[in-house]
Formats: sequence, C-alpha cells, structure tokens
Amino acid sequence: MTLQHALLGDLSLNSIPFNIPIIRDAGIFMGLIALVVIGSLFYFKKWTYLWKEWLTSIDHKKIGIMYIILAMVMLLRGFVDAVMMRSQQALSVGHSMGYLPPEHFNQIFTAHGVIMIFFMAMPLMFGLLNLAVPLQIGARDVAFPYLNSLSLWLTVVSAMLVNISLIVGKFAATGWLAYPPLSDIVYSPGVGVDYYIWALQISGIGSLLSGINFTATILKMRAPGMTMMKLPVFSWAALCAMILVVLAFPILTATLGMLFLDRFMGMHFFTNAFGGNPMLYINMIWAWGHPEVYILILPAFGVFSEVVATFCKKPLFGYTSMIWATIVITFLAFAVWLHHFFTMGSGADVNAFFGIATMIIAVPTGVKIFNWLFTMFRGKITYSMPMLWTIGFLVTFAIGGMTGVLMSVPAVDFQVHNSVFLVAHFHNVIIGGVVFGYFAGLTYWFPKTFGFKLNEKLGRASFWCWLVGFYVAFMPLYVLGLMGMTRRLDHYSLASGFHPWLMVAAAGTALVGLGVFFQILQLFVSIKNRNRVGYRDVTGDPWGGRTLEWSMPSPAPFYNFAHTPTVTTRDAFWTMKQAREANGGQVSKPAYTDIHMPKNTGVGFIIAMFAGLFGFAMTWHIEWMIAVGLIGIVVTVIARTFNRDIDYYVKADEVERIETACANLATQARDDKYPVLNTNELLHGAK
Amino acid sequence: MTSSSPTAQAHEHHHNQDDVDIFGFWLYILSDCILFATLFTTFAVLQHNTFGGPALKALFNLPYVLAETLALLFSSFTYGIAMICHYRRKRNQVLFWLGLTFILGVSFVAMELNEFASLYHEGHGWQTSAAMSSFFTLVGTHGLHVSIGLFWMLNMMYQVMRYGINGTTSRRLTYLGIFWHFLDIVWIFLFTIVYLMGAV
Repeated sequence: MTLQHALLGDLSLNSIPFNIPIIRDAGIFMGLIALVVIGSLFYFKKWTYLWKEWLTSIDHKKIGIMYIILAMVMLLRGFVDAVMMRSQQALSVGHSMGYLPPEHFNQIFTAHGVIMIFFMAMPLMFGLLNLAVPLQIGARDVAFPYLNSLSLWLTVVSAMLVNISLIVGKFAATGWLAYPPLSDIVYSPGVGVDYYIWALQISGIGSLLSGINFTATILKMRAPGMTMMKLPVFSWAALCAMILVVLAFPILTATLGMLFLDRFMGMHFFTNAFGGNPMLYINMIWAWGHPEVYILILPAFGVFSEVVATFCKKPLFGYTSMIWATIVITFLAFAVWLHHFFTMGSGADVNAFFGIATMIIAVPTGVKIFNWLFTMFRGKITYSMPMLWTIGFLVTFAIGGMTGVLMSVPAVDFQVHNSVFLVAHFHNVIIGGVVFGYFAGLTYWFPKTFGFKLNEKLGRASFWCWLVGFYVAFMPLYVLGLMGMTRRLDHYSLASGFHPWLMVAAAGTALVGLGVFFQILQLFVSIKNRNRVGYRDVTGDPWGGRTLEWSMPSPAPFYNFAHTPTVTTRDAFWTMKQAREANGGQVSKPAYTDIHMPKNTGVGFIIAMFAGLFGFAMTWHIEWMIAVGLIGIVVTVIARTFNRDIDYYVKADEVERIETACANLATQARDDKYPVLNTNELLHGAK
Repeated sequence: MTSSSPTAQAHEHHHNQDDVDIFGFWLYILSDCILFATLFTTFAVLQHNTFGGPALKALFNLPYVLAETLALLFSSFTYGIAMICHYRRKRNQVLFWLGLTFILGVSFVAMELNEFASLYHEGHGWQTSAAMSSFFTLVGTHGLHVSIGLFWMLNMMYQVMRYGINGTTSRRLTYLGIFWHFLDIVWIFLFTIVYLMGAV
C-alpha cells in the first residue's frame, strides 16, 4: 500500500474531472458561492452569531427555517439538472448527439431524482412540520429538541455529500433507486453508487429520528383538551406521515445496507451469480418507496385542508371523513408496492391483487378532493397565494390521479412501463400535489415564521408560470409515452417523431424557470419591504386563521406560548376569537410564570459532521478517516450523556416584557411604516 | 391572547417528560423491529440459495447455539434483577447484576464470533452464496446490536457509579432494559427461524 493510498484511499487528483467543462464550471461556481459565504461571514463578523443562534439551535422554528433553506438550495440544483435533461433531449436528435455524454446524462437523471425526493421534498416537509406542528398543538417544542437538531444536520451533510460528488469523483449513474444488478460492484465499479448509498443512509437515519420525534410530539404533547379528534388536520396528516416514516425507513436502511455489503464485502444478496436475487431488492426498495410517496403527499394534503378552511372562512367540510381517509391511505401505502413492477412476472393473481389495491386508494383520495370542494362551496373565498396553489393542485392532482388509476390496470401498465408516460404521471402528482402543497404551506406560514408576508403580486406571477409551465412541460410526455418513448433516453432518431413534443416540453421547463425566478424576486422584494404596511404582520393572525399557531405574535417568540392554551373545540383559535368578541374584546390574563427551556447544544451538529466524514471516507475507502468519523460519533454521544447542564428558565418578567411589546405593536401601527419590532429578540431571546 | 387554567400550568411544568421519552424509545424499538423484519424476509427468501454449497442446517451445531441462547436469556434475567435493585435504590447491587449481565452478553458475542470464524475457515464465508450472505447479515446485525448494548452497559455502570441512581440514570437504565429484552426476543425468533426450523 502506498503512502498516497494510506492517506487518501482511492482518492486522487484524477478523481476531479477538470477536463469536462460543465463539471469544471459548476465546480468553480459552487466554490465561488462558498467563498462569498465564508468571506462575508468573516467580513460581517457573524461566525459567533451563526454558531450560537443557528448551528447549535434546538428551537424547532429555527430548525424548520434551516430545513427550508436547504430545500430551496437543493431545489435550484435539482432544477438545473432538469433543465439539462430537457435541453439535451431537445437537442440530441438524429445526427446531433446533444451536449451531454451518456455517462454524464445518466448521472444527471439519477442526481435529479435523488435530490428532488431526498434533499428537496423531504427537507421541505420536515421544515413545514417544524414550523407548524408544535405551534398547532400548543406545545413548547418537539418531544426531543436535541434529536431534532441532529436530524437536520444529518440531512444537511448528506446533501453536501451529493454536492461534493459533482466535483470529486462522480455520482451514481443508475437511476434514483439504484436497481441491482446495475448498481452492483461489477457493473458500477466507481464511487458513484457509494456516494448514493452513504448520502441516503445518513439522511435516512435523520428522517427516521425525525419520524420518531414528531410521532411522540403529536401523540404525547398536545395542549390540554386537544383530543385526537380536535387535532388540526395538518398535524393529523403529519402524524400519519411520520408513522409511515417510522415503519418504512428501516426497510430503506436495511436494503441499502445489503447493497453496500454486496459491493463492499462481496456478498450476494442482489447479484446475478451465487444465488443472489435482484428482484428482492426491487421489492424491498419499493416497500419503502411507495410509503415514501405518501410520506410526501399526506402533509401536502394537510396544508390544503388548513388553507381551504382559512381562505373560505368555513370549518373544513367533513373533518372526520378527512381523518379516516388519511388513515386508510396510511394503511394502503404498504399494500401496493408491487404496482411499480407489474412486469416482474409475478403472475396474473398477484398483479390483480396489487392492481385492485392501487385502485382502491383513489377512493379515500377522492373523499379528500370532495371535502375540499365542499368546503369551498358557498365559502367566502379569498384568492390569496396559498389558495391559488390549492386550486392549481385540485385540478392538476385530479388529472395525475386519473393517469395513476390508468396504470394500476396491469395490462395497461405493461404497455407504458418504463416509458415517459410514467415520468409524466409521477411529476403530475408530485409537482401538482407535493410541490404546490409545500409552496402553499410556505406562503401560508411564512408570516408566522418571519413576521412579514410575501409579496402577493410576484407570488401570483410565480404561480401562473409554474402552473402553465408544468402543463406545457409534462403533457407532451404523456403523448410521447404513448408513442413509445422510453424514459432516461439521451438520444433518438428524427423518424421517431419525438422531437417536436420534446421542444414543447423544453419550452415548459423555461416557463417553470420563470416561475422560480419570480419566487426569488418575491423573496428579495418582501425582505426589502418587510416593515411596510401590507407586509408586516402586527396581529399575529394575518389570514384570519383558525388554529392555535395564529393565536401568538409573529414571529412566534422563542419560547412559543407564554401560557399553555386550553382547547375546547376543533378550530380552537376561531372559538377563542369568537369568545373574545362576545366579551367585547376582553381577555383574562393569568400571571406569567417562568418557562423551562432546553439549552442550545452543538452536539447534533458535531455528530453530523463526523457522520459526513465517515460517509465520505467509506465512499473513497480512506481507512483512517473512517475511524475518525466513527470514533468521533461515539465519543461525542458519550460526552453528551455526561453533560448535566442542559436546561434553563426564562424569567416571568422577561416573558411579560416580550408579550406586552407584541401586544402594543398593533395599536402603535402608523400609516406607512410600522414601528420596528425587535424581531431578533423574538427569534433568539434577549442575550 | 390565549387563556389557561392553573391546572394546565401545573400540568405543563412537569409535562411528564419521562413518559414522553420512554414512549419515543418504544417508537425506536418499533423501527428496529422493521429493520430485523426486513433481514428476516431476506433470509426467508435466500436461505435455500446455497449455490451448490451445503444446506445451512448441515453447518449448525445446535447444542453450541443452545448454550449461546441460554447465555443471552440469562443475561435478560440478570438485567431484570438489576432493575429490581434499582427500584430499591441499591446502587452496589445494581452494579453487581449489571456486571453479571455484561459478562453473559460478552460470552454470547464471543461464542457468536467463534461460530462465525469457524464457518469462515471451513470455507462457508459470507461470499460463498446468497444463503450465507443472508445468514451472516441477519445474525451479525443482531450481534452488532448486542455489542452496542454492551458498550452502553459499560457507560451506564460508570454513570451509576459516578452519579448514583437519579432521574437521569434511572431513565437510561429503563431504555437499556427495553433494548436488552428486545434483543432477547429478536434472538428467540432468530434461534427458531434460522437454527431450529432449518435443522428440524
């Protein structure tokens, strides 16, 4: 073994593809961004602030914000991948081979899928849960705040592993689920699949811990009087999704673990020879993968339920049926995985069972759609941004759902299997359902999180670009799928007739890109105007909300509720507002008491950094670094168990001062500019 | 502002953190069950895919595995006694029974490693066939859990020595107990499905 191998494992300068311009430029671009960020941290002397208020924070609201920042950054990266695929397919026809070599194209579609599901949708979901769930149920924080911080940082380092793979080495070129035997060491000998495995293992553990955390939070930490059937619908949806996380993610961990053992230890779970069975992997990965889809969509359903009720000024139609529909979907999530590979050849009986189980899912989903429609029926609808996303969802998701039911018929599925018809279908439900839902949630809870609303006009512009862009980009794929275009195609002949449709799809992508541009602009404009009328939320209840999170100031103080609320009805805050009105605006205020709070800790961050080091070292076979990573994790965990100084009290008069300042804000509002509230103090507390 | 009753205040002050914590730990155990279920499924699917090698049952020495089993079962029993002593606040007795549990646990892991080593040296390593891969992985994952439990137990023995029995150490002993008994139950399934059902 040479010295270089001892120090760097399989890593060498040749691992960095300087000779490929796209990767080189992307690398330079990422390096520049990192330099600017680090440089400005030094210039503005913000390192201490960053460490004390953010990296070590275990406040669920800040963790939520950081999850969302990660999701937005990764959305941009995943979107760039999408643009590259669409432009390659638009160009690469007949004699032209486009600008991406097949090996690179394969990495791009793999990275696109992995990033969008694991590092965009999942962080965005956990971000929204962190922002809203503890406030909705009247809790001080989540059940395990320190675990929450660990989950966040495990997700962040995994996303960074995927980003590093862009420059150092390569990413998997196997498709987002890395089916063997292609992903076995024989056919994917490089580091790509190893990056994939470790990024997913580390972030998967983060997700599992979050699942446990939120399940315990929702089941055990609800405000007094909030029975399960008084729980807000978003929290119910979150609970069901989190139960799915707890039940499904261990399957992913075990399955990827076995793939790793195949590659690293020469085992034969999924190999072609020595009795291995690749179809076993495909069964197990979908036994996780199908519930995963519902893990993403259920919280989106929850958002729509909150938004529809709030913006129609009506209680949600059919609360009970909504909850039961969610529970039924949770159960069915585990009974349909085989519809992802009807063509495996398990026979007519098995395919029929899974086909019918799949069709049955349309029933509870239909119940939900009708509940939302009936809530809107004769409601006093405000067409604000969250409501627009919701209406866009209702139409788009219904179409996507119908193409899904089409494919649940095994005979039809045989025709469109592995075609872009499928690609169109799942983008139809994921963009139309998950993405629209999370955007609705983001604009809905944004004022609660930051204390000001987002610009409405730019939000609308962004919505219409996304909506129209989506249809222009993906409807052609349905046609192409029926014409026989397979997915993941990097080149095709002119005679196929695909070209005009792919040009249309590329134009759709440009429209979506315009939508993304408007979103970024919206963020800038809104931050700039945050203290102006129309932006600043002085009441804490900008939309006329119905649930507890709107009963507190915006942004929510770092200790959440000064008094734990007592809940008597389903729309708890709505009832409180009505009682207050009946009382002529009088509310009785009990004396403030000291509030018990956990202290910030960097342990989650440190463990995650070691985990990232470990993942990188496992990818490149760097023995000493593997040891450092593992020992680092173990030592940090053990050291934490000896730390006795983990909590403190916020004094009652401090709470009173903050609460009074917020209450006075509404009365002090002037014409153009509101008095500037010390938002920092609400977020971080006085230091 | 929201209103709140004095009882709600009192309720919130303690808010049964222990109760929440232990519930969360049970959820972790649930997720670990699923992890083992996945490995059991894999074993069930692949156990006959020996690729020309001998059937798994021909490789097992049942009396040896029974001794292994007894070591683990007794360690669960001694852990139970440690917990009874902990309820009676007898620090030294807790340490004694934890120590005994530790020794039994180490014996179990040592016997398992010995079995693995002899299988490997007789030419039945994890690389020889899918059946052997699934066997080593299922049994090894359990062994890895037990080993982590042993390190945890060492840490707990030190903490009980240093801090005595208080709210924190008591809660952690409860966690470890749940974990330890859970591994016992997994082993009973493992012994039945991997060793007995193959051999009988």
